[in-house]
Amino acid sequence: MTLNRRKFLGVAAATTAASLSAPQVWGMSSGKPRVVIVGGGAGGATAARYIAKDSKGAIDVTLVEPSRTYYTCFFSNLYMAGFRTLDSIAHTYGTLAADYGINVVHDWAVGVDRDAKTVSLAGGHTLPYDRLILSPGIDFVDGAVPGWDVTKQNKMPHAYKAGSQSELLKKQIESMPQGGTYAMVAPPNPFRCPPGPYERISMVAHVLKEKNPTAKIIIADPKAKFSKQALFQDGWSRHYDGMIEWVGPDFGGGNVEVNADEMTLSIDGEVTKVDVCNVIPAMKAGRICEMAGINEGNWAPVNGHTMQSRIDENIHVLGDATNQGDMPKSGFSANSQAKVAAMAVRGALTGSKVFPAKFSNTCWSLIDSNDGVKVGASYQATDEKIAKVDGFISKVGEDADLRQRTYEESLGWYAGITSDMFG
Amino acid sequence: MKKRMTIAALALMGAAFAAQAEEIGNPERGAELWKDCKGCHQIGPNAVNRIGPQLNGIFGRRAASIDGFKYSKSMARAGKDGLTWRLETLDAYVHNPKALVSGTRMSYRGMKDDADRADLLAFLRVNSDNPADIPEAEPTAEPDYPHLDPEVLKITGDPAYGEYLSNECTTCHQSDGSDQGIPSITQWPQEDFVIAMHAYKQKLRPHPVMQMMASRLSDEEIAALAAYFEALE
Repeated sequence: MTLNRRKFLGVAAATTAASLSAPQVWGMSSGKPRVVIVGGGAGGATAARYIAKDSKGAIDVTLVEPSRTYYTCFFSNLYMAGFRTLDSIAHTYGTLAADYGINVVHDWAVGVDRDAKTVSLAGGHTLPYDRLILSPGIDFVDGAVPGWDVTKQNKMPHAYKAGSQSELLKKQIESMPQGGTYAMVAPPNPFRCPPGPYERISMVAHVLKEKNPTAKIIIADPKAKFSKQALFQDGWSRHYDGMIEWVGPDFGGGNVEVNADEMTLSIDGEVTKVDVCNVIPAMKAGRICEMAGINEGNWAPVNGHTMQSRIDENIHVLGDATNQGDMPKSGFSANSQAKVAAMAVRGALTGSKVFPAKFSNTCWSLIDSNDGVKVGASYQATDEKIAKVDGFISKVGEDADLRQRTYEESLGWYAGITSDMFG
Repeated sequence: MKKRMTIAALALMGAAFAAQAEEIGNPERGAELWKDCKGCHQIGPNAVNRIGPQLNGIFGRRAASIDGFKYSKSMARAGKDGLTWRLETLDAYVHNPKALVSGTRMSYRGMKDDADRADLLAFLRVNSDNPADIPEAEPTAEPDYPHLDPEVLKITGDPAYGEYLSNECTTCHQSDGSDQGIPSITQWPQEDFVIAMHAYKQKLRPHPVMQMMASRLSDEEIAALAAYFEALE
């Protein structure tokens, strides 16, 4: 086994061959085994809670998350259409700290020394670990959309990390002039929440239908097809007929450029003046994965049996940042993977029983009031990847009652997963 | 067991009705058994809804589909999910009503004898309004439902294993028993839980997420979950 071990931020090398050995059961040290988790979203918060809960205090758990208030990306589209308040998608870490004994550190992780097994924080501190879990979500690929970078995101929001960006985009949509144009630059695969851009379009259309019925929506999309496409397109024609124009790659949807000062979007050379430009650039694993040297390309490859990095077995990676196989990048997936990782980490550090990994995912999307759809699948780990076992999807033409029930089910799921994450 | 296999096989072949009603069971004997039902249900030319809905044309009817009858929330939900009364689903329901529709208002313990149920269903067929269009069994139906091997019901679940497996459930079902949007699954009697999960596994209960989740749980795993959730405070 050859490992490419890099050093970051000048942390001294302290190489020991022992750190390359097979997983060991903790037992000889004076202190408890230590787990550091970077990222407090659907992957990280769930992993922290399950390790703390199931190890019953035998493992020291530290959760590093820069935000004191976490806004879930899931349901942030519903917030934009007024189906949820911002408060209702906001979560804090007090219960994890107080009831589960998790050491919650609000700071940025800015480096990983894989030999010394430490994580360095922007605040200057260093956290030692026996196992590290990285669940950083996504960052955007520099230069992915010509004309757009982080300095432009107040004019052209991505709103693909929830919170202030969601508030901004909501205000922009509500302030559009009558008959104005909302444009979205959709991302290429793979990206967080495959139905997310299209649910957002649905929610924007819902707002415009009420407040600005002559407005137009344009989607420039580099993908020839997208998640739940038939369901969304059927819903758009039923609820928002004539309002939404989807420009796929055959018509230049992948060849775009934006100008934030002029508020223009160029699709295949044709320049359009727009009133809102929601740019969702290409994505990559949250930067800490790159800094830890565990990426191949834009994502961190993992072993599906344990969610261990294929590059460093002392690091587990969860959720959107991973390259794991067939699971979509979703909060549900991250939550599911976190439970497998939590079990593997406990097994490695305390010798607790480890069962075969199982995963599942369901993504609900709202098309209009009480018109909910879903897609889901179950997965299992193979040596090669996390492989899809079985799946289902809502059907075009389902009756209104079933669609309403599907929406209500998504509300139940939201309550379920957020209490599974935050206690 | 043998009898049930015969029923399903015939339904699959879509044989002519007259032969079928007889092959389901003995409708005359079913008329005797109907005495257990008629305190609440009516069937026949002048049947009306009473404590229970009238049962004319019950074969092929969507669950909870009679306008004006006040069904339980649970039955209404099953109907919206797509539960349709056909041979297999009626048989499962009469065998153990609460296993198929958890919150049904029908206060009937269930008819456990295979031959009795077959005869009763034959009677219901004969007295249905429109006996010509008996629906064929769906191809996914397991021919031996609801007869789980009695050994399956005897499996003692390991609650510790159930606790691990429950991780997959609690993403949606809340462990504190809340039932907003998604039903509560805590504190069910173990047998009801086991039968309900097998009903999903065999695609008799209609919800697609649950069919998928149940489809890859082994008998031991279902027993373990039942043991864990029954005891969950």
